[in-house]
Amino acid sequence: MNIVQRFFQTSLGKKYVMALTGLALAVFVVGHLIGNLQVFLGREMINAYGHFLQSTPELIWPARLGLLACVALHVWSAVRLSAENRAARPIQYSEAYKPIAASYASRTMLMSGLIIAAFIVYHLLHFTVQTQAINLTGKDFHTLMDAKGRHDVFAMMVSGFSNPFVSGFYVLAMTLLCLHLSHGLGALFQSLGLRNKAWSPVIERLGRRAAWIIWLGYVSIPVSILCGFGKEVMK
Amino acid sequence: MKLTLKVWRQKDQESPGHFETYQANDVSPDMSFLEMLDVVNEGIIDRGEDAIAFDSDCREGICGTCSVVINGMPHGGHRATTACQLHMRHFTDGQTIYIEPWRAKPFPVLKDLVVDRAAFERIVQAGGFVSVRTGGTPDANAIPIPKEDADRAMDAAACIGCGACVAACKNASAMLFVAAKASHLNTLPQGKVEKDRRVLGMVAAMDKEGFGNCTVTGSCEAVCPKEISLDFIRQLNGEYLIASLKGK
Repeated sequence: MNIVQRFFQTSLGKKYVMALTGLALAVFVVGHLIGNLQVFLGREMINAYGHFLQSTPELIWPARLGLLACVALHVWSAVRLSAENRAARPIQYSEAYKPIAASYASRTMLMSGLIIAAFIVYHLLHFTVQTQAINLTGKDFHTLMDAKGRHDVFAMMVSGFSNPFVSGFYVLAMTLLCLHLSHGLGALFQSLGLRNKAWSPVIERLGRRAAWIIWLGYVSIPVSILCGFGKEVMK
Repeated sequence: MKLTLKVWRQKDQESPGHFETYQANDVSPDMSFLEMLDVVNEGIIDRGEDAIAFDSDCREGICGTCSVVINGMPHGGHRATTACQLHMRHFTDGQTIYIEPWRAKPFPVLKDLVVDRAAFERIVQAGGFVSVRTGGTPDANAIPIPKEDADRAMDAAACIGCGACVAACKNASAMLFVAAKASHLNTLPQGKVEKDRRVLGMVAAMDKEGFGNCTVTGSCEAVCPKEISLDFIRQLNGEYLIASLKGK
């Protein structure tokens, strides 16, 4: 068995694929959050950031394709592993069975992951492809331009999140993402063999804390906008 | 104590099973769980019916033969306790108790509560040994082994192969068993030389048997009667990755 077969066919190999792609996606989640939080530094900052990304296709396209590959491999390994897990217990326990020591997050990784995947599709249509039909504001985000002729990312975020249903779905998706990360961040080190008895409790705790800090960061944006942040651009 | 037992009855490997209800009267709180089943069986035999089949051997918590899921928890879910060492004082008068076999595809039910755990034997045959004779007991300190390593190997070797880890895991994964069996040899100099071959062989055998995958829920560690640590799974994950990267 060569190394590629071993990574894609064995149980542990698929867990390595899961852990490595999960790590890459978690790094993106942090980077994306830092980018987004610039909205609080004002219209000029976030629009300049958006313009920088849009004007460097040689950077953004490899990143997009790399992320797409990570998502595809992460979902592929999840589906394969879950199917194997289900097949391993064809007859279930009685109603007396209850999960032992297993956290809610660890037991719902497949479900939280699949809902996040569905959210990603919606989120890309919403803010990247900017499909007018799904933003529920009646505005065409493509036409939003600032005084310097750049795409007005600030106005897009403010009007996008001013709809409570859009913001509500976003907050729900971020909650599931952070539930997913609260288990995944610690578990990926276990799957790769990169922790020990001294580090395991530290990594588990840091993973859970990081997940909720990420949640706070992401959720702060729609919540601030619903509370009136940036409403001057809506006039 | 009076108890209501809902016991999984299954004639043989091919027949479908079902829960049968039994009343256990005059249960002493000092009985072990298996002694309670013995008393119930005596009543069943007196009525001319087929006794409940269950596995047991040493009845002192060291052999790993007893294997029942009690109220949804392998061995009853008490810390570091096998079913034979579980006493009826942990139950309350009038309680209903569900008693089921380990449930995993690689552990087919042979009869009632008895499952075939030969899958574990086949995994051990795929690498859970040292290939050469290591001789008699060596002189003390002839092979220097750090105390920490010796302790760690001993902690892994405490695994009695009962299969509670598989029974508790939501994925029916055998990772804790395989990790314990690989780690106790991989940690010592006599076993270390065959480390790569061992982990690759044992994981391949584990996959072939059809066990599920580890999702790091920690259920196995929680029910293990020998308190085998999740850290051994981490060690197996790391050693398998290194063996794979070496192209072995």
